[in-house]
Amino acid sequence: MGEVLHTLSAGELGRRLAAGTLTSRALCEALITRFKALNETVGAFTHLDQADVLAQADASDARRKAGQGRGPLEGIPVAIKDNIAVKGQPLTCSSKMLAPLVSPYDSHVAERLRAAGAILYGRLNMDEFAMGSSTENSAIRKTFNPWDLARIPGGSSGGSAAALAAGLVPLSLGSDTGGSIRQPASHCGVVGLKPTYGLISRFGLVAFASSLDQIGPMARSIEDCELLLNALASADARDMTCFGPADRAFAPSGDAKKLRIGIPKGFLGKGVAPEVAAAVNAAVAFYRAQGCAISEVELPSSDLAVPTYYVVATAEASSNLGRYDGVRYGHRSASAGTPVEMMTASRSEGFGPEVKRRILLGTFVLSAGYADAYYVRALRARAKIRGEYLAALAGVDMLLTPTVPTPAFKVGEKASDPLQLYLEDIFTIPANLAGLPALSVPCGKSGHLPVGFHLVGAPLSEAKLLAAGRLFEAAHGFAHQQAAL
Amino acid sequence: MSTPPSDWEVVIGLEVHVQLHTRAKVFASSPWGFGQEPNEQVDPVVLGLPGTLPVVNREAVEKSILFGLVVGASVPEHCSWDRKNYFYPDNPKNYQLTQKDFPVVVGGQVEIELPGASRNVMGEHKFIRIHHAHLEEDVGKLSHAGSGSLVDYNRAGVPLLEIVTEPDLRSSAEAEAFLRSLVAMITQAGVADCDMEKGQLRCDCNVSIRRRGTEKLGTRTETKNLNSISSVRDTVIYETARQIRELEAGRSITQETRGWNAELVRGYVLRDKEDAHDYRYFPDPDIPTLKISRETVTRLSALVPENLYDRQRRYIANLGLPYTAASVLVNDRALAEWFELAVAAHPANPSGIANLVANDLLRDLAASATAPVSLESCLIKPAQLAGLVKLTDEGVISKQQAKEVFTEMFTSGRDAAAIVDAKGLRQNSDTGELEKIVQEVIADPAVAKSIAEYRAGNEKAINALKGPIMKRTQGKANPVLIDQLLRKFLG
Repeated sequence: MGEVLHTLSAGELGRRLAAGTLTSRALCEALITRFKALNETVGAFTHLDQADVLAQADASDARRKAGQGRGPLEGIPVAIKDNIAVKGQPLTCSSKMLAPLVSPYDSHVAERLRAAGAILYGRLNMDEFAMGSSTENSAIRKTFNPWDLARIPGGSSGGSAAALAAGLVPLSLGSDTGGSIRQPASHCGVVGLKPTYGLISRFGLVAFASSLDQIGPMARSIEDCELLLNALASADARDMTCFGPADRAFAPSGDAKKLRIGIPKGFLGKGVAPEVAAAVNAAVAFYRAQGCAISEVELPSSDLAVPTYYVVATAEASSNLGRYDGVRYGHRSASAGTPVEMMTASRSEGFGPEVKRRILLGTFVLSAGYADAYYVRALRARAKIRGEYLAALAGVDMLLTPTVPTPAFKVGEKASDPLQLYLEDIFTIPANLAGLPALSVPCGKSGHLPVGFHLVGAPLSEAKLLAAGRLFEAAHGFAHQQAAL
Repeated sequence: MSTPPSDWEVVIGLEVHVQLHTRAKVFASSPWGFGQEPNEQVDPVVLGLPGTLPVVNREAVEKSILFGLVVGASVPEHCSWDRKNYFYPDNPKNYQLTQKDFPVVVGGQVEIELPGASRNVMGEHKFIRIHHAHLEEDVGKLSHAGSGSLVDYNRAGVPLLEIVTEPDLRSSAEAEAFLRSLVAMITQAGVADCDMEKGQLRCDCNVSIRRRGTEKLGTRTETKNLNSISSVRDTVIYETARQIRELEAGRSITQETRGWNAELVRGYVLRDKEDAHDYRYFPDPDIPTLKISRETVTRLSALVPENLYDRQRRYIANLGLPYTAASVLVNDRALAEWFELAVAAHPANPSGIANLVANDLLRDLAASATAPVSLESCLIKPAQLAGLVKLTDEGVISKQQAKEVFTEMFTSGRDAAAIVDAKGLRQNSDTGELEKIVQEVIADPAVAKSIAEYRAGNEKAINALKGPIMKRTQGKANPVLIDQLLRKFLG
């Protein structure tokens, strides 16, 4: 049975574990075998402590045997993006700056997963400090799209999406600041949810842009995504911006066929590839046929989203990344000198070019004499965008767009053109600026490359988004899809 | 010809950094205190480990609000935190969380008392306005050892209330008086301990000068990190003289940040305006705007102690205390409250109680106790002291005997009456018995000469008769009564 375990959903694995027809050890051994065979090819993981995984699996099996199983995730491996702290495991953010760091503490989500009995399964590659849309900015390794190994998996949670698409793990955690869960989910043909800002504690998530960052679940099906979301969402006194869920359960509720879906005017014209537009239009037609009310909505300030994002996100990042200076942890330059010279040299050596670019941009937009023209104006634009989204969502249950305008591009294709790369996130960024939940659902292919559509809802409307996703998923063959490797 | 110095007026504004008295640090649960080994009072949040987040310590916010109430400030509905970005190894995140736009305390004023013409004369009172006070985090300490540098983060994250005055101070004496008042008010409210030896109070001192009678402020300098009241006083004196010298020599004052060498009693330039930091302030996205409920303000209002100068005025006007005793008492809230308990037990003579408290009690406490002087460990209780004063007032013992009894009470904690009885100190105030003794002494021919002298107008001659009376009563005769009786019989 070991040869097919990697194709099963977390829900099915959980049922077999509960029935006693499968042990966590057998599952983990099978996945480790697959990891050994494929990780060099795909490059999803940067670290996997196999002995630790097996020890966790044995502990889980023992709990279950003793009748002390902790719920539906008991014994199920969850792979974790390398910017989320797990005690005793590397916390590098795929940066040379933090390459020597082992976390001395657990993030809130790591605690939640342990409390749910899940196996904390390895560290996933990412763009350095979550800055990028292709995972090419990792200082550790490249990650390839399992559907076409010449292409990027998306980013910054590229490892999280690629690991799922390659069948290396059933569930993974990503983080999303401007689309970093949803864009790679779309490119790799998996499900990715960016929850409402404040639903999941950021304690232990290495900050890129604090007012935009959220941890979110990634899976190969809506059901699995819900399973993971339910384990993660809870209030946490260690994150003052986290209020947790109003209702713990995020199982789809209500009648999905009565949903009102808004289509933002003009979104499908903005450099959207024809195959992507076709797949998304087919999804819209599906919902209409199911009885959903489809209407066009106006979001006049949408064009401001990308520039607003790159001012707000880089401003916060320039401050958040200030702490990496070689004094307390992380990379320290070997060149001698005064403490301040050492800090300067450590930062110059430790950060990659995209991170430096964003730190410089963020430092500039906050500088005396420029802050009013850039940062303060961006905050105003952000408030305007949020207002327009909330107004639109007062009239409909959710907005539907493509997740990404085009399918995954070739490795290196956009490496020399950061501005072009920034447009990858044009549809996903507003949800971060407005703090709204957003879901990417696989909806077809452009040739051999996956395409996803994107649903954005009002704050704490995760259950509705998931219900809409499940309705679509049930009628199409995209759940549980994996690339043939 | 040079202008006389008195033609110049100095204008001073202070920024006073006070470490608040709290159990935990301001944004982390790590405890803090003095005298620990380096880097023992740290946790992942204090060290700014990747992924950690600040959580505002409610106790620190409440102490800040309490300070605001003590100085009569308005407590805003909301306050928020900003990041002040700068790189230095003692700053774990390379930004400091502070309050730039919406501080926890806005406005308020501190009453000060300037030195009087002599120790026994009250000086002028003034009010110094507070611009605002904001709650921020302290940084660590960097030290250099040999070829390397060492950093200790125990102090990092300690809650720091920065109290910023308006430029209302006009002399080194006013600056000194302000700090003494401020420290008294802060410590009496339990907001902070202000132990300067432990670095719990540090000042930045802004000084400028202008021609007396003019309005426009001169260019100011800021001398940073002064860790004692005397350093602030010396800095004002030094900086005033330096600026007068510069302007009178036809030079101008450079807006600059200065340091202070307390050993050499001189300042030095740290950096000028061109080198000023661009701190790139922006609202901290990790800490949502904090709402301060009116219920919290009401609850904290009940903790505000009586203002020390209100208390001083009450002691002088209502209790009839002399200025000196009143001043000694009001500077120490515990002492004043102890005094008031004693007065409650014997309301007839507050001055007599104040005299014993401010002189005898404080002296013996200072001489006996291991520092700090503690009223809690004092064996005499307020009601017992009141009992001693009452015995004196009733003539049971003399004032001289009261001192002796006090010393005994201080070491044993026994009641005054018990000591008086045990020592047989009770005065003889039996008029009938004393009349008899007085008449016998007057009849003694040995004192006839003194009686004649007294009758001839020599007042002092009467004292010669008191010795024999005391001798016959083993010194227990009430001296006041004897005096009265002698005068009665000698007509």
